[in-house]
Amino acid sequence: MSFSGPAEIKVALAGPPNVGKSTVFNLLTGLHQHVGNWAGKTVERKEGTFPYGRTSFRVIDLPGTYSLTAASPEELIAREFIIRERPDLVVAVLNAALLEHGLYLVAELLSLRIPVVIGLNMMDVARKEGLAIEPGVLSAALGLPVVPMEASSRGGIKELVKAIAAAAEGGRIPEPQRPVIREDHRLVLDRTGRLLEGTDLEPYPRDWVALKILEGDEDISRKVAAAVPPGRWEEILALLKRHDDALVAVASGRYAWIERMTRAALVRPQTGPISLTHRLDRWLTHPFWGLLAFAAVMAAVFSLTYALGIPLQGFLEKSVIQGLQGLVGGWTASSPWWIRGALVEGILGGVGTLLTFLPILILFFGFTALLEDVGYLARSAFVMDRFMHAMRLHGKSCLPLIISFGCNVPGVLGTRIIESTRARLLTMFLIPLIPCTGRMAVIAFLAPLFFREQAALVAIGLILLALGLLFATGMIGGRLFFRQDAAPFIMELPLYHVPHPRTICDLVRRRSIEFVRKAVVVILPVSLAVWALSRFPEGRVESSYLAGFSRALEPAGTLMGFDWRLMVALFAGFIAKENSLAALAVLFGAGEGVALGDLIVSAYPPAVGLAFMASQLLFIPCAATVAAFKQESRSWRLTLFNVAYLFILSAAVGIAVYQAARRIL
Amino acid sequence: MTPRAAGPMTLAQLSSGRRAVVAGLDGGRRLLARMVSLGFVPGVEVVMVQNPGRGALIVQIREARVALGRGEAHRILIAPARLPA
Repeated sequence: MSFSGPAEIKVALAGPPNVGKSTVFNLLTGLHQHVGNWAGKTVERKEGTFPYGRTSFRVIDLPGTYSLTAASPEELIAREFIIRERPDLVVAVLNAALLEHGLYLVAELLSLRIPVVIGLNMMDVARKEGLAIEPGVLSAALGLPVVPMEASSRGGIKELVKAIAAAAEGGRIPEPQRPVIREDHRLVLDRTGRLLEGTDLEPYPRDWVALKILEGDEDISRKVAAAVPPGRWEEILALLKRHDDALVAVASGRYAWIERMTRAALVRPQTGPISLTHRLDRWLTHPFWGLLAFAAVMAAVFSLTYALGIPLQGFLEKSVIQGLQGLVGGWTASSPWWIRGALVEGILGGVGTLLTFLPILILFFGFTALLEDVGYLARSAFVMDRFMHAMRLHGKSCLPLIISFGCNVPGVLGTRIIESTRARLLTMFLIPLIPCTGRMAVIAFLAPLFFREQAALVAIGLILLALGLLFATGMIGGRLFFRQDAAPFIMELPLYHVPHPRTICDLVRRRSIEFVRKAVVVILPVSLAVWALSRFPEGRVESSYLAGFSRALEPAGTLMGFDWRLMVALFAGFIAKENSLAALAVLFGAGEGVALGDLIVSAYPPAVGLAFMASQLLFIPCAATVAAFKQESRSWRLTLFNVAYLFILSAAVGIAVYQAARRIL
Repeated sequence: MTPRAAGPMTLAQLSSGRRAVVAGLDGGRRLLARMVSLGFVPGVEVVMVQNPGRGALIVQIREARVALGRGEAHRILIAPARLPA
């Protein structure tokens, strides 16, 4: 009866984390992608299209979720999308090696009465684990199309597209097998459903709402309580009172269904497999060796990042940025000083310099993405768990903290993986205490000037100081914030596997774009503003508003041994941490044959140098981090408190270091 | 099988390499939701991969490896595993 297919078919891509879903998404949509955020959320939304025959398919990548219980923002987004936007079908991408695990999500999807196609990915991994899976048998049992895939080597993508198209054509999909609920709860479910009759629950299906109420779903319960006639909600609650085990019972029903569905299709190895994962984990998650391995891995990541990244950064700064500055300076030679200054120093000097750190970041993100992709990052969360507990946090908080060594901005954004809001906020609060590459660049420049051979020792000491303060802050904050551990620690440890270059590139690209976008959107206006403050009204730093402000603070600065120039340098770090160096260069009039280093060493004793390095390491976070902090915490109060805390901490440490060092050094 | 003196055992007490069957779950709704979505339901067999006696532990549940905190493991009640067929 169809004379032409519908113009556009909406396909939602669902699946648990670590199943290669983004690889499948990339293979389906190629370059036709659009990345944004879910409305009002900070969870990434990816959308893309692909044509097949005369039909265009629009693919929406849902956040990775194990279930649809609304226990996390991701789960809520996924299910609200399916219910409200009614995609024509959902593709569930599953890890074949964790088939039963993934089918739990399918069970939930089926209760939403939406057509489902299963992309059974990582068939190769399943084979290596010794599992024998018959996709055809599974498909027959479920009554759903099942496409075996190895997306890392593009395997099965054509077949998946065909299956999607066939399902969308409305080629009659047989009614799938759905999980049933235990007899004693069946009755309550029916009665709950009857109590909901006559209530407008649009767009939620009534029997699904009844099921979710039975499961104790907070989001749905709240919505229903507001929608039913007075007194009805109390009736429902009374009915449910004797069935408080329903959540577990409903889940048990789903696993019983999974068991039936996989009985014929899945053959497990006879002997307990001594798999790669098993052998590696014996060392990598060991209470002692695991910690040692973690330290070794991190040391390797940092030394490689800096060994390769610092020369690249220097090259970009010298040839690209300074070259551009020369060019632009030449073009604007006849324009007023403030136009030339804004372009050359404000924009190129601020944002331009910040962007020269991109190679360091790309390297760091590349290494961490590699660790994440092979499955190691989850192990590092596990071995660090016991240390995080002292702060009433748990292992997962470790992951954004590691990313923050590259740049605090993606670290702040990375706190999204922590389920509990309070644990997320505390982790975010601690992030600015992680020395990022920008701050390390300042130390890498100053430490050798003041301490020559001991420079590396001083740098490591300063990092340990920052980490010690992070730990102390977390211990105190954890005790003030939480009465007990903030969030349950329960996470899947993915199987180790060979890295997928595509997945890694995708991760690196996304994190780098986030950084560049922040650099342009946030840092550009701020760096222009700070530049203006440091030049106006007369065009000279010495008589600028910033200098006036810093001079006013000089009495406080003297306690740290700082003169007004160092105070300006400290505040200039607000644009971007490495800007402190640029500011010093301007203030000392370095250039033409006079090296900044010589000028600085002759101006300050080592005690002042040390105090400056310590306080700039802990000083208020850069503008981009503050902006990201505000965006993620949605609280100006907490953001400002964080800034004030770091301001006071950095001053206190600066004073302590100076007063101690000038007696010793 | 050695009889246990007092109360049911929890997952936190299962030593490395041992098997058991989940007998019950206890906890707030969010924790329960997280547990069941990762496969912890009554009747399922678990193998303790690593239980160092304190701190977080790792269990094998179906084909998946799950890390969980000691506090969380204390909320999972276990019974002796069925004898292998």
